Amino acid sequence: MIDLISNVLMSIVVLSPFLLLASIGIPAIVGYPLQERSVARGVQIAVCTGLAAACGVVLLMLITGSRLEVLELGQWVALPSETFHFHIKFVFDRLSVPFCILSFVLVGTIGAFAHRYLHREQGYRRFFLFFAIFLLGMVIASLAGTIETLFVGWELVGLSSALLVAYFQTRLNPVRNGFRVWSVYRVSDAAFLLAAVALHHLHGEGDFSGLMGSTPWPQEAAVLPGNQAFLVGLLLLVAAAGKSALIPFSGWLPRAMEGPTPSSAVFYGALSVHLGAFLLLRVSPILEASWLLSACVVMLGLGSALFAAITASVQTDVKSGLAYASLTQVGLITAEIGLGFRYLALIHIIGHACLRTLQLLRAPTLLQDYRALENAIGERLPAGRAVTPVATEPTRQWLYRMALQRGDWDARLDRWIVQPFLRFFVRMSQLEDRWLRRLDGTTPPASAEQAAGEPTAAPVHVTS
Amino acid sequence: MNELHLPWLELGVLAPLLGAFGAALLSDSKAGRRAGLWAGAVALLATSAAWWDLAIVHVFEAHDRWDLMRYLFGRDLLVIDELSAPLLPLVALLYLLTQVTTSRMKLERFWVPGYLTSQTATMVALSSREPWLIVGMLVLGVVPIWLKLKRRGESPRVFMLYMSLMSLLLISGVGLISQFSNASFAHTAGLLLLTAGILLRAGVVPLHSWVIDLYEKAGFASALMYTTPLIGVYAALRLILPVTPTWLLTSIALLALLTALYAAGMTLVQRDARRFYCMLLLSNSALVLVGLVELNQPIGMTGALCAWLSVILALGGLGLTLRCVESRTGRISLAAYHGLFERTPMLAGFFLLTGLASIGFPGTIGFIAIELLVDGTIQVSPWLGVGLVITAAINGLAVLHAYFRIFTGKPHTETIDVRSRPRERLAILVLTLMIIGGGLWPQPGVNSRFHAAAHLIESRQDLASQSAAAPRQQPAVGH
Repeated sequence: MIDLISNVLMSIVVLSPFLLLASIGIPAIVGYPLQERSVARGVQIAVCTGLAAACGVVLLMLITGSRLEVLELGQWVALPSETFHFHIKFVFDRLSVPFCILSFVLVGTIGAFAHRYLHREQGYRRFFLFFAIFLLGMVIASLAGTIETLFVGWELVGLSSALLVAYFQTRLNPVRNGFRVWSVYRVSDAAFLLAAVALHHLHGEGDFSGLMGSTPWPQEAAVLPGNQAFLVGLLLLVAAAGKSALIPFSGWLPRAMEGPTPSSAVFYGALSVHLGAFLLLRVSPILEASWLLSACVVMLGLGSALFAAITASVQTDVKSGLAYASLTQVGLITAEIGLGFRYLALIHIIGHACLRTLQLLRAPTLLQDYRALENAIGERLPAGRAVTPVATEPTRQWLYRMALQRGDWDARLDRWIVQPFLRFFVRMSQLEDRWLRRLDGTTPPASAEQAAGEPTAAPVHVTS
Repeated sequence: MNELHLPWLELGVLAPLLGAFGAALLSDSKAGRRAGLWAGAVALLATSAAWWDLAIVHVFEAHDRWDLMRYLFGRDLLVIDELSAPLLPLVALLYLLTQVTTSRMKLERFWVPGYLTSQTATMVALSSREPWLIVGMLVLGVVPIWLKLKRRGESPRVFMLYMSLMSLLLISGVGLISQFSNASFAHTAGLLLLTAGILLRAGVVPLHSWVIDLYEKAGFASALMYTTPLIGVYAALRLILPVTPTWLLTSIALLALLTALYAAGMTLVQRDARRFYCMLLLSNSALVLVGLVELNQPIGMTGALCAWLSVILALGGLGLTLRCVESRTGRISLAAYHGLFERTPMLAGFFLLTGLASIGFPGTIGFIAIELLVDGTIQVSPWLGVGLVITAAINGLAVLHAYFRIFTGKPHTETIDVRSRPRERLAILVLTLMIIGGGLWPQPGVNSRFHAAAHLIESRQDLASQSAAAPRQQPAVGH
C-alpha cells in the first residue's frame, strides 16, 4: 500500500510540470492562448501539486526509513537485440529530493512574482511558456536516474534560459546576449552528449545505479577505472562549467541579466546556474575515481570563485554585481564537490539559491528603498567602509582593469576561436560565390563582394 | 512477391501525373490549383493506404494487385518495402502541404503542372528498386526544374551543368555495372561513376554548389521539393550501398562527414535565409548518409533512417515556414533583424519547433534519431561520433541565430495583414502533431526503421557472399 502511494506521489511530482507545459503550450499551438489569470492559476496548481507530492514522498521516506525510492517508467526506446535502450527512471534520494523541492519552491515564488511583474506585458504568455519548459527541465534533471534522462532535462533548461534572456526581443542587446548564452550552452550540451555516449560504450549503460553502485547518495562508488573516469569526468566538467558559468565560460552570466528580473532570479541566481554543480554532485563518485580529475574540479572552482569575487567588487549595477556574487559561490560549491564535501555542497546550493533569489527579486526596488531611507533620515546613507589595500598600486590597477573587463573571456574566446572559425567560412562562402558566378558567366556587383567579407554571426560586444 | 490488396502505388503515381495533365489543360490558375490539391490529396491517401496495407499483410515488401507495370513491362517496377513505406506518404504530405500553403498572390507563378510532374518522378523513384528506373527518374526530374527556371527568367546554366554531369555519371555507371562482371575493372569504374553521380545529386562536398544555385534562382517550393525528400540518399541506398566495397563506404562516410561539418559551419555565415536553409539541409542530409554507410552497424543505420524521416518532417516544415515568411516580406536577409514575432507568432513558434527538431532537441522527432546515430557512429569510429555531435551543436547555433534574425528586433511594420492564414495554420498543426508525436512516442517508428535496417544489412551480406562464391556471374546493381 505504501509502495502504491509512493509511486502515485512520485508520478505526480514528474507529471505536474509536464501537464503545466501541455496546458500552456497546446492552446498556443492551436491559436487560442489562455488568459493571464488562467496561466497564473495553472502555474500555481502545478507547482503546489508537485511540491505537495514531493513533500509527501519525503514524508513516506522518513516513515519507512528509506533513503532511495525509484520510479521506473521503463524503456522509452529499446532495441533489445542491439542492447540499445533509452531508459526513463527517476530517483528520489538525498540529492534529488531537496533539489526538486527547491525547484518547486523557487519556481512557485518567482511565478507569483512574475504574474504581477509582467502583468499586461505583451510577452506574458511567452514568458510562462518558457517558464513551464524550465520547470519541466529542472524536475527531470534533478530526479533523473539515468544520464540520458538528465540530458533531456539539461537541454530543456538550456533552451528556456536562452529564450528568456532574449525576452525583451524588440531590443537588440537582449537578443544578442540570448544568442551568446545559447552558444555557450551548445558547447556544454555537446560535451554532455559525448560524455553520455562514452559512458554507454565504456560501461554498457547510462544508469547511475549501474555506474556508481546501488547504494544511496552519497555513499556511491564509481565502477569505472581511473583513466575512463578521467575522460568521462572531464567531459562532464566541461558541460558543468558551461552551464554554471565557470571560467572560461563566465561571460554569459552578466549578459543573462538582460532578461526580466524573475527569470534572472530563477535562472542565474537560483537554479539554472547550479545545474552544473548538481551534475557534478550526481557524478561525484566518478570524480573521486580520478585524483587528477578531482584536482581539476577544485582548481576550476577556486579559480572561478577568485575571479568572480574580484570582478563583483567593481560592478556598477546591482544585477551584474549579484551575477558575479553568484558565480563566486558557485565556484566555491564546485571546489567543495571536488574536495568530496557532498552534503556541504548541497546545503550550500540550497542556501545560496534562496538568498540570491531574494536579492535578485528585490533588486529592482533597491534604489527606491535607498531613496526612502535617505528621505527618512534626511541625509545620504554612509558610504561603505574603505578596505586597506593588500596589493601594490600597479597590481591593483591591473586587477581593476581585469575586473572591469570581466576577464576578457568573451573577447579571448571570440578572438581565438569564434572569429577564425567564421572568417574561414566567410572565405569559403566567397569562393563558392565566385565559382558559381564563373559557371554562370556573370560578374558580381561591387557591393556584394564587399558585403560578403563580413561574418553575419558577429561576436557580442560588451555594452555594460 | 507478395501483393497489396489494391493498386495503391500506381494510384499514388498516377494521381499527380493526371493532375499535371489536368492542370496544364486548364487556363485558370485557381482551377489548376484545385486540380493540384486534389491530385496531391489522392496521392497522399494512396501512399498512406499502401503503407497501411503493407503493415497488415505483414511482409517486408509487396507490389500492387492488378499491377499494370507487370502487364506492360513483365516485371514489378513499382514495389513498396519497409524502407520506402513511410517515405512515400511523408513526401506526398510535404508536396500537398506545400501546395496548401501557397498564397493566392503566388498562384500565377506557381506552376502546377511542373510541380506535379516533379512529384510523379519523385514518387516513381521512391517506389522503385530498378536501377534504370531510379536513374531515369533522377534524370527526368531535372526537366521540370529546368523549365521552371526558364519560366522565371533565371539562368539554368549552373543547374544544368551539374545535372548533365550527374546524368552522364549515372547512366554510364549503371551501364558499365550491368554489362561487366563484378571482378572486372570496368565494373569498378562503373561503380565509381555511379557513386560520383549519386553523391552529386545528394549534394556532397565538393559537388554541392548546384544546390545553392537552385535555392537562389528557383522558386522556394520547387527547390524544397527537389531536395528535401533526399532522393540522392535514396538512390545511394538502393544502388550502391548494398554492393559497395568497404573502402568505398569509408570514403563516402568521410566525404559525408566533411559535408555535414562544412555545411554546418556555412549555415552560420549566410546572409540570406534561403542559403541558410540550403546549408542546413545539406548538413542534415549528409548526417543521414554518414549513418547509412555504417552497413554493419544496425543502430547507426536505424538512426540514419529515423533521421531521414526527421529531415523530411522537420526541415520540410522549416522550409514551408520560411516560404510563408517570404510570401509576406520578400527574400529574407539574415544581416538584419526583422521583428516579425508580434505579427506572426505562430510562424515563429513553428520555425523554432522545426528548427529544434532538425537538431535533435528532446521531445521532437529528431531526438532519438540523433541519439541512435551518435551511438552507432561511435561504435564504428569515435571521431565520426565526435564530428556528428559537433555538427549538431553548430546547427543548433545556426537555427537560433536565424530565428533571432527573422523574428526578433524592432517590430515589423506593414500595411497588409500578415497573420497566419487558416491553410497555413492547418499545415502547421499537422506537422507539429507529427513532430511532437513522433518525439514523445518514437518506439513504433524506431522498430520499423530497425527492421528495415536489419533487412538491408542482411541483403548486403547475402549479396557479398554471392559475389564471393561466384564473382563472374550476372552483375548486380543494388537490389
